Amino acid sequence: MLGFQASQRLRPLWLSTHLRSHNSRHVTRNCCFTGVRRKLHACVVGSGPAGFYTVQHLLKNNKEIRVDLYERLPVPFGLVRFGVAPDHPDVKNVINSFTQTAHSERFTFCGNVMVGRDVMVSDLQEAYDAVVLSYGAEDDQLLRIPGEQLPGVYSARAIVGWYNGLPENKDLMPDLNVETAVVLGQGNVALDLARILLTPVDLLRKTDITGAALDAIAESKIKRIFVVGRRGPLQVAFTIKELREMVNLQGVRTVLNPSDFEGIERVLLENIPRPRRRLTELLLKSTPQGSAGCVGHREWGLLFHRSPVQILPTADGERVGGIHFQLNKLEASGDTMKAVPTGNSEDMPCGLVLRSIGYRSLPLDPDVPFDKRRGVIPNNRGRVEGRAGLYCSGWVKRGPQGVIATTMNDSFETGEAVLEDISNRSASPQAGFESIRPKLASRGVQVVSFGDWTRIDRVEQERGLKLDKPREKILDVQEMLTHASG
Amino acid sequence: MAARALDRLCGTFRRCSASLRPRIPAASSHKIHESFGIPAALPTSEFVKEEPMCADDMVKVEFVTKEGEKILVEGKVGDNVMYLAQKQGVDIEGACEASLACCTCHVYVHPDFVDKFPPPVEEEDDMLDLAPFLQENSRLSCQLRLTKALCGVSFCLPLGTRNFYVDGHTPRPH
Repeated sequence: MLGFQASQRLRPLWLSTHLRSHNSRHVTRNCCFTGVRRKLHACVVGSGPAGFYTVQHLLKNNKEIRVDLYERLPVPFGLVRFGVAPDHPDVKNVINSFTQTAHSERFTFCGNVMVGRDVMVSDLQEAYDAVVLSYGAEDDQLLRIPGEQLPGVYSARAIVGWYNGLPENKDLMPDLNVETAVVLGQGNVALDLARILLTPVDLLRKTDITGAALDAIAESKIKRIFVVGRRGPLQVAFTIKELREMVNLQGVRTVLNPSDFEGIERVLLENIPRPRRRLTELLLKSTPQGSAGCVGHREWGLLFHRSPVQILPTADGERVGGIHFQLNKLEASGDTMKAVPTGNSEDMPCGLVLRSIGYRSLPLDPDVPFDKRRGVIPNNRGRVEGRAGLYCSGWVKRGPQGVIATTMNDSFETGEAVLEDISNRSASPQAGFESIRPKLASRGVQVVSFGDWTRIDRVEQERGLKLDKPREKILDVQEMLTHASG
Repeated sequence: MAARALDRLCGTFRRCSASLRPRIPAASSHKIHESFGIPAALPTSEFVKEEPMCADDMVKVEFVTKEGEKILVEGKVGDNVMYLAQKQGVDIEGACEASLACCTCHVYVHPDFVDKFPPPVEEEDDMLDLAPFLQENSRLSCQLRLTKALCGVSFCLPLGTRNFYVDGHTPRPH
């Protein structure tokens, strides 16, 4: 045994590589016995919560593995930075643990690299034992109704990106010089939008909302926001924390129509899941008969059983003037309640329409399987179907929903799949980023390291300090890159 | 919300032994809050005392991992359960750092001990409503602090992944 160990150690690298490719199982086992380290190298694409939690799981549970994290922007953290509402700073505390992960010596951040353009997934698969795609859901669902292209109709994703400093949305500057806004969709993003647009601006000043968004919201004329859903109060997708914030919003009145809640008390007597029960009880308390809610000169409300069929233009046809709704009733359809038209309709005047009916993942690279209907990469517990060595986690794996705990569990599951496969499979030592770097250099890509990001971070925090806010985000990629290189 | 969460943590901490007091200025909770800053990270050491003061101060605690492994640790009266677990290498995340903005530190409290903790505040219940695999004995471990009455308490970590239910069953919370 000892003799074998010695000879294995002395064997030149090229020979052991050669052997591995011919008799993989044998050599893998020998590696374990002899302590010869096979360098495992994985990469993750996308540095949001799914990406970072996948990295964390890999580094924590395999002490040999190296992980490189590719990010399209020069700045990390994905939706923690660009999705979480600025008035929810506590949610962003997770950045601290991601940063701790990033300080591992087995980790490399490769920012400002767009996989699918600067480097292809097939290049990554050649350079790594495992490639995990966790690039999220960058697009949003369309209504696909007439008038959707009118000025004054915005996607929720773009508005969120705008006030959170996402470079591609920095010039959006939505026109808030209107009295009534309608948010289509009843999820947490819809309530985030309503809350940010109605929160007293002095409270927003202390957050990391961008200066430009703050100025625009300070000038906003919005007096009321309706958050509209095609089904009823028992089908809303938002969660209780977000509803409670709306109900308690300073200077804003909650407007709910009691007739929408007829018969709901009876449902509450039934055995419904606790989260739905508590949420519905809070909704009931917030109706005019209920006790919750603030008084104020501005108001927000929930409208139910309405599907938009057309966005109506103003008389001059220049911009949004209202929405034509079809009214719905609910019919049981399997486990869920389906909205079906009653035949009645209604026009509602408004000056701003925010479409918030869900995010959508896009295919990254023609080489990667993609289920267009479901908007996900077809996978089995994170293993991309039919593609050995390729994995996915987060929204691109299971669709754009769930809280950070959901994404965390899901990323750990993918991480587990990677580690299982890697230990059962042998491959030649992979060079990882070192073999990708020349490709990027030849394309003139300035790769941003985690150290470079800390320079950007410092500039943002210094600017924030002067304004008495946590940070003032840099909105321009070129400016980020300038600070990155010091 | 963070201020209230922090205040609760600090409140417990202020009752700790005199030798620890210099770490936290003896001031109003408001000032303590300011001294930490929001959303500054709360270092583990602030909530898990380094050495037992005396035997009376010790609380035996068991964590049961997802794999069913039992980990026995010794905590102290006043310890925050999440930070205690993390310090002892038990796999509990705490994404929002005890600020009641996530549910990643979700645990099941052994039924015999559920009533020995103060009931959850509204914000904790709101976050628990988002926790995968919610049960009646679910709590956020960052909101639980050890008392002498909890000697022998057991916390079970929820199964994180969906693959537990191989038949595709979707668990319904109680």
